[in-house]
Amino acid sequence: MSPPTTRASGQLETRDMLLNVGPAHPAMHGIIRIVATLDGEIVTGADVEIGYLHRGFEKMSETVDYNGVIPYTDRLNYVSPLINNMGYCMAVEKLLGISVPERCHYIRVIVSEISRITDHLTCVGASAMELGAFSVFLYLIKAREYLWELIEMVTGARLTVSYCRVGGVKGDLPAAFAEPCRKALEETRRVLAEADALLTRNRIFVDRMSGTGKISSEDAISYGITGPFLRATGVDYDVRKDCPYSVYDRLQFDVPVGTRGDNYDRYLVRMEEMEQSIRIVEQALKDIPPGPFQTNPTTGHPIPAAEMVDQAKVGNISTIADATAVTDPTLEGSARPLHANIAADEKRVFLPAKEDTYGNIEGLMQHFKLVMHGHGVRPPKGEVYFPVEGANGELGFYIVSDGSNTPYRVRVRPPCFAIMSALPKLVIGDMMADLTPTFGSVNMIGGELDR
Amino acid sequence: MTAASLIQAVTERFPEALKGSHTYRGDATVLVFREFLLDIARTLKEDPVFQMNYLMDLTAVDFSAFGRKPSPAFFASSGVAVRPSSEIPDEDPWPGPPTPHSTRSRFVVVYHFFSLRLKHRLRLEVAVEEGDAEVDSLSALWAGADWLEREVWDMFGIRFRGHPNLKRILMYEEFVGHPLRKDYAVNKRQPLIGPVN
Amino acid sequence: MTEAGFLTSRLDEAIGWARKYSIFQYPFVTACCGMEYMATACSHYDVDRFGAGLPRFSPRQADVLFVVGTISHKMAPVLKRIYDQMAEPKWVVSFGVCTCTGGFYDNYATVMGIDTIMPVDIYIPGCPPRPEYVLDGLLKLQAKIQAQHASGQRPAPELRPPEVEGHVSTERRLRPERGDGVERRKQ
Repeated sequence: MSPPTTRASGQLETRDMLLNVGPAHPAMHGIIRIVATLDGEIVTGADVEIGYLHRGFEKMSETVDYNGVIPYTDRLNYVSPLINNMGYCMAVEKLLGISVPERCHYIRVIVSEISRITDHLTCVGASAMELGAFSVFLYLIKAREYLWELIEMVTGARLTVSYCRVGGVKGDLPAAFAEPCRKALEETRRVLAEADALLTRNRIFVDRMSGTGKISSEDAISYGITGPFLRATGVDYDVRKDCPYSVYDRLQFDVPVGTRGDNYDRYLVRMEEMEQSIRIVEQALKDIPPGPFQTNPTTGHPIPAAEMVDQAKVGNISTIADATAVTDPTLEGSARPLHANIAADEKRVFLPAKEDTYGNIEGLMQHFKLVMHGHGVRPPKGEVYFPVEGANGELGFYIVSDGSNTPYRVRVRPPCFAIMSALPKLVIGDMMADLTPTFGSVNMIGGELDR
Repeated sequence: MTAASLIQAVTERFPEALKGSHTYRGDATVLVFREFLLDIARTLKEDPVFQMNYLMDLTAVDFSAFGRKPSPAFFASSGVAVRPSSEIPDEDPWPGPPTPHSTRSRFVVVYHFFSLRLKHRLRLEVAVEEGDAEVDSLSALWAGADWLEREVWDMFGIRFRGHPNLKRILMYEEFVGHPLRKDYAVNKRQPLIGPVN
Repeated sequence: MTEAGFLTSRLDEAIGWARKYSIFQYPFVTACCGMEYMATACSHYDVDRFGAGLPRFSPRQADVLFVVGTISHKMAPVLKRIYDQMAEPKWVVSFGVCTCTGGFYDNYATVMGIDTIMPVDIYIPGCPPRPEYVLDGLLKLQAKIQAQHASGQRPAPELRPPEVEGHVSTERRLRPERGDGVERRKQ
């Protein structure tokens, strides 16, 4: 190693070190590349390179029809897929000028808030794990599993759900949904209390997270940052409160706001937001307008279809003679009365119930005109922008339609894109080791950042 | 401010800058000439009437293939003409892509602004020709414009005057072409390693 | 001679048994499949009970490369480099349909299957695969590891264990009359 040269003034000439925190890195959950210029341990410059998960969402959505974009939206912010689904569907519905029934709004709100909870659980869990709190990660993922089982009960899938449709949702909530939901939320509350006890006043956690990754609210606004990141700096902006959509204006919830804008405040904001989301779901479960009764109006006897078959096999016809078979209400089209509650009453947008498709000519034509190649949901020519509150901030969909059955342009305004563009500002001045908690609290989701 | 009054305020401030405006589905939209972009943006940000402190989104649309989709073989006239619901206004119809057909600009750069205090939104559109695809950069006014403009350059090939660091952000440097343009085939791969499959 | 053959194959089995129950994986996580990977690795669907619970975040210390999530063309050289940095014996598990065949992202940005750039041992399709599928794939990988020679030679396709559901029992032998079908991995 060459000896340091000395200048006339007596100062040592040093050189800054370039450290490549490369795309594949254990402490970065997500693939980005940060080329950090270090002066000893202090970060003096950071060049962030993204795009390693660019999957061409916007180009692909020009090749499929309006409902076909929904699986692609699942994979944008893949820890809270239902919020993306809902945002996209509401944007297309705004373009069409239709609105969905009230029960459908409540269903969408319930599943969106459950998705928001899973997103925050993953974020807090992963950032705790990177700081060494592995047990907290395991506890929070356990809570996430309960919520995923709940989502699976409603939508059929754990992660990539494709639940919302243009003009409604795929199927109604299962008949016995409220009880498992309450239990899962109880469990989540318990897990959150445990995580709180382990982390919030933990000396190591507090020391590592406080004072690192600070950003002022003026800078945050200039970068376009929204969501929990912005609220931790003290600005009270939540799309659900300020530009309310769906039924959020009828639900009571608080929006936690921090003060200092550092990593610790972001952690606290997220923990409190999870509690508020649980509160929203409980209210929505209470206020949700009831679904239609699935009973035989004369005898009032509903029997599950499987049980009916079993009774018939052993010859107990008398017990099932007056009853109505109850099939799973989430199977699309197997219950025509349910459609009134989950779908907008607009024939050119939502598929008819199966009894109608096979039963009468209008249903058949409606089905044909929605499914056949070249036909389908065809909004009028126009452009709309619709923002929803994603887990990371304002998730906006800008859709341009040319009147055909495929979208002309779908642009998703990714909330964590703005946050990541501010990453150099967040890490410069802090030490190298502070990069880990800062990056963890950014909650960078590659699917949303790079699309 | 409502959408209509927003547009009126912009029109009063910059009477010669506006090419068109509409409030389709309640979104206030103005189409401006690109020479006035920086002035209008600065006014929107600093003037107490507007106070648009957020640049929410910056993107572009390539209108070269608009309306060229072949209509299906039968039921050609079965577009959706829905009754708008009462919540969503539908007074004005959409005027169409930003220029009349004969002198259609290929690209339109779209800006979405939001005011935190006054809670109103405005969409600004700037039409850009293909051969001269260049607009002023807003990165001096909003720090978030930096990466957003890099993405528009990467995906569409529109340059931004005054941008500090205009290089590709989502694709790799060796990539040739601008993928979101309508003349770029969706599965035209340019692999760095491995076969072109 | 037969004794030597018997001892060697016993040794192969022992080494195979040791290797399969001490998998150090390198989870190369990019996208949504990473969530299901996390779910598989955590308490509910615990992958630690199969011996594969310790991820090593350095390719030099790992023997199984789990490629989890879509690989874009920008990422492909990085992935290849990681693969090259791993020491033999190494295996590659292609987790999720984006790594198997590209999934539904048939566009300019995505590698249509990582087997275009590196040899893959186990394909776990699914978008994302449920943790049960992942564990099934892991068991198949373990069967494959068991059946491998200690020297790194692979059994020929027709000699691969027929039971695609479960473990290879310890009494299983490779049939010597079929020759030691060598299937060198292409570099």
